[in-house]
Formats: sequence, structure tokens, C-alpha cells
Amino acid sequence: MNNAVLAEGLAKRFGETTALDGVDLAVRTGTVLGLLGPNGAGKTTAVRILTTLLRPDAGHAQVCGLDVVRNAHQVRGLIGLTGQYASVDEMLTGAENLLLIGRLLGHPRAQAKRRARELLAQFDLADAANRAAKTYSGGMRRRLDLAASLVSRPRVLFLDEPTTGLDPRSRIDMWQIVRDLVADGVTVLLTTQYLDEADQLAHEIAVVDHGRVIATGTPAELKARTGAQPLVVRPADTSDLPIVLSVVRDVTAAEPVVEGSTVTAAVTDPGLLPAVVRRLDDARVLVAELALRDASLDEVFLGLTGHRATEDSDEPETEGVPA
Amino acid sequence: MTTMTPTFGTVAAPPRSRPWEGFVQSLTLSWRTLVQIKHNPMELIDFSIQPIMFLLLFTYVFGGAIAGSTDDYLTFALAGIIVQNSLFGTLNTGVGLNTDVTKGVFDRLRALPIARWSPLAGRIGADMVKQAWAMALLLGLGAIMGFRVSTDLPSVLAAFGLVLVFAMAFSWISVLVSMLVNEPEKVMIFGFAVMFPLTFVSNVFVPASTMPGWLRGFVDVNPVTKLADAVRGLLVGGPVAGPAGASLLWAAGILAIFAPLAVAAFKRRV
Repeated sequence: MNNAVLAEGLAKRFGETTALDGVDLAVRTGTVLGLLGPNGAGKTTAVRILTTLLRPDAGHAQVCGLDVVRNAHQVRGLIGLTGQYASVDEMLTGAENLLLIGRLLGHPRAQAKRRARELLAQFDLADAANRAAKTYSGGMRRRLDLAASLVSRPRVLFLDEPTTGLDPRSRIDMWQIVRDLVADGVTVLLTTQYLDEADQLAHEIAVVDHGRVIATGTPAELKARTGAQPLVVRPADTSDLPIVLSVVRDVTAAEPVVEGSTVTAAVTDPGLLPAVVRRLDDARVLVAELALRDASLDEVFLGLTGHRATEDSDEPETEGVPA
Repeated sequence: MTTMTPTFGTVAAPPRSRPWEGFVQSLTLSWRTLVQIKHNPMELIDFSIQPIMFLLLFTYVFGGAIAGSTDDYLTFALAGIIVQNSLFGTLNTGVGLNTDVTKGVFDRLRALPIARWSPLAGRIGADMVKQAWAMALLLGLGAIMGFRVSTDLPSVLAAFGLVLVFAMAFSWISVLVSMLVNEPEKVMIFGFAVMFPLTFVSNVFVPASTMPGWLRGFVDVNPVTKLADAVRGLLVGGPVAGPAGASLLWAAGILAIFAPLAVAAFKRRV
């Protein structure tokens, strides 16, 4: 079996809103697919269909060769879901939450307890095992959520925005956990709004916008396709702004944008940076900031769609999710 | 099995849960609801305080005026207060379900290979335990206040059983409401709007004979009246078969209408 997850033509409407408009996805077994898109793009809807929580209006999907509608019960035996909306019980302790899931899976009590202890230790929650989950910090909560979806040792793991709202330290911890799981052979489909997260974790990225997949490829391919990285120059003295503007315009052959005292221009060739430095040095301009930034989701989106990722996220991603 | 050994679930899992497994899963989920009380003892106080208040207030504040003596009133009213409290208790089912759905616990459960009906059944099962607790509490407090059961143990158990059966049917209304509103508080608001008239326009607190005729008409058909009569009969003597039969008919009717509606709303929502 080459693809652990395969979806063809998935469509879903909620009243007037088209959440998915013919989505094709494939996740090769043992790899990570990053579903990248802004709020309201349809990422959560896709995950909910693939995890059997929602029926598609059209199209079909398989997990490990099993249809997510016809063989829903069997699919549930193979997957784990950690999502914005799939949560642990706040009133129970960490240990009880994992015990509950083990017992629901039919594990004998002793085995369920052992597995709970194992996971709590693995996710650095052993000390908090007997505290109610509502007392956990955001990072701990997310780790417990993830542990809960691993009780069954799933083959395919769905992570719906696993790091949204986490502090940078917890994000990096979470990334490491995901890498360890993949090293153990788990296939992962993760949704994210952050290009750097997809870049860090995903073997392949599918960019979604308005319920459609608008681009797929490896992170490197995608960045190459969308090309531009932002070049940022801020002179120490704002009176130098006109000179900086003309230098950047000359070197990059692109029209720079001025915001405050910062000049930004899209650059496709990183080799231009030294040229900018030389020219500014010749003109004796002191710079407070000069950088070639990593392309963000915004740049990727701008390159692919001509609009910014953030500008029309008025359709909430929660559409169709019980609120 | 120290780390994440990739011993995967078997592909050859059965196409659905067997009924017995569903039953065990429901019990596990009932356990989950009840163990919450251990971590939040306030919840126990929460569903114990209202019956205690009603029993004390009605007996000692209104009892003398209504029945001439508080002892006579207690004998008359305890059965009704048990019924009233159990109907209010059914709101817990709806509030709990709505909380699970809003907080995402339901998605987690539904993504597991368990019987589709077990989260619902588990919730209702746990609420039956709470119901039994509240009934025992009312009987115990009543006994301390001077209430005497004038029948026998089987009759008391039958009263418990009858109230539980009715509450279980009635809780489907609560389930339906909880699937139609978007926050737990609204279940309570709706519930109170229905429960207060339903339980007060009955013979739970006062005999219907003092009410105006048009109101008496409603009191006579009100299932709360029938159930209170039956429980009263089972605890302190009096006709049982008629009101108990009527209560069971009402329970069957409510179940027949609201269970399918609730299940349909449930499927649409989750």
C-alpha cells in the first residue's frame, strides 16, 4: 500500500458555504503531509471527513485502503486524531483520560494502566498524571491530547493545527514529538497555518485555499515555485530612505514597498543580497536592519493566488463544526 | 513495549462494535462521568442541595398552611418532590452532552472504534445513578424529618424503578434540546421554562382541588401528577395501578416521540 491516505474529489457544503470544493490528497505511507492554508480554507473539514467525523457530499477517501464512509468503524481502529476540536476531558486527570481511552479500546485494565503510564512518561507528564487536565498549561494539554490519540498505536495520525496557540518552546517540543513518531513509522497528516511548521515537519505540502488544493510539492519545490523571499532594509537615518529605495529598486528590479522606515521588496535570487550591501556601502548609508527573510505563508500565498493568506479569512474554519 | 513500538492495530478489525462491547463501552463512559464528581465535589453538592432545599422549604414554610401540619404535608409531598427533583435532574443529561460536544470531547470519542450509541448511553446511565442518589437522599432526609414509609421494601424499590424509567424517557427531551442549542447554559434556561410550569401545575405540592377548574384540567392529565400519585401510592399507600400505568404510558409516548427526534438531531449535530 503506497498511500496511507487517499482522497479524491472531496466536497462539502454547509448551507451557503462551500467548505471543500473537490479536494484530492495523497499521503504516502510513512511520510508527513502538511495541509497548509489560512483560516477557513477547509483544512479542518478535510480532516473531519478523513477521520470519519463528517460525511463528504461528494468524492471519496480511503485510509489504509479502507473507505472512510463505508468502513468507518475499521478506519477508526487505525487512526489517531488530535485536533482543535478533539479534546480530552478537562475534569479527569491525565492518567484517567488515557485509561478511559484504553478501556474504550477494549484493553484490559492492567494493560490500559501500563500504556497510560508509558505515554505520560514519554510526554513528560508523569508528574502531572494525577492532576485534573483543566489545571494543565497549553503545552501540557496539547501533549496530553496527542498522548490520548496514541493510546491505540495508530498507523495514521491526524494533527489539526497541533501548535496553534502554543509558546515557541512548546512548539519545538511538539515538532520533536512528531518527528519521533514518524521515525517509528507513523504516517502523519497535519494542518497548519504556518509555513515554517510545514517546512520543519512535512515531506510534502498541499496548499489549500477556498476549499481547493491550489499547489502541492515538497517545501523546497513550493518555495521555489512561489519564488520570492522578502528583502528587508531599514536605514539607521530615515533621511537615507530615498537612497535605499533607489538602490533596492535598481538591484532587485522589483517595486519596493515602504512601510514606516522599512523598505521591502520581493527577491527571487538570494545572490542579490551582497550587491545590495555593496551599493549601500558605496553610498555610505548606515542600516539598522538588512535581511533576506524566509518566505512566509503570506509570500507563498501571494505567489500562488495573488492574494494574501490573511486578507479574506472571514469564513471561519469552525464552519460546520459544532460550536 | 517501552517506547512507541509500531505494533499497529489490525486491519482485520470487525466492521462494527458488537452489542456486548457497546454495553461495556457505555459502562466505561458512565464511569467517566461519575469519576468527574470525585474531582469536583461541588457537583455532588450541586445536585444534592436543590432537593434538600425544596424538601425543607416546602415542608416547614408552606406545609403547615397547606396541610394543617408539617407532618401531614411531608407525607403528602415527599413523593411529589422526588418526582419533581428527578425531572429537573434530567436536565443534567442535556447539559453534560452539550458540554461534551462544545468542548470537543465528543469528537475524540467518535473518532474511536466504539459503538455509536455508547457515549449517549453512558451519559444517561451515569445520570440514572445520580437520580437514584438524589431519591435516596430525599427519602433519608424525609425519614429524619418524620416521614414514614407505610408500605414495604418491594414497593419502595418499585417507586425507585418507576421514577427512573420515567426519567430515562424524559431525558430524551433534554438530549434533544441540548443538540439544538449552542451552549450548556441554554439547556438550563429552556429546561426551567418547561420544568417549572410542568412540575408546579400538578398535584406535587398542593392537592389540585383548590385550583381553578381550567387549571385542574391540565393537572389531571399532567404526567407529573400521574407519576407523583403512583409514587405516593407506593410509599404511603393508595391507588397504584392506575397512575403507574398512566405514567408508563406517558413515558412510552415521550420516548416514542422524542428519542427519534433527539437521535436525528444528534446525528445532524455531531
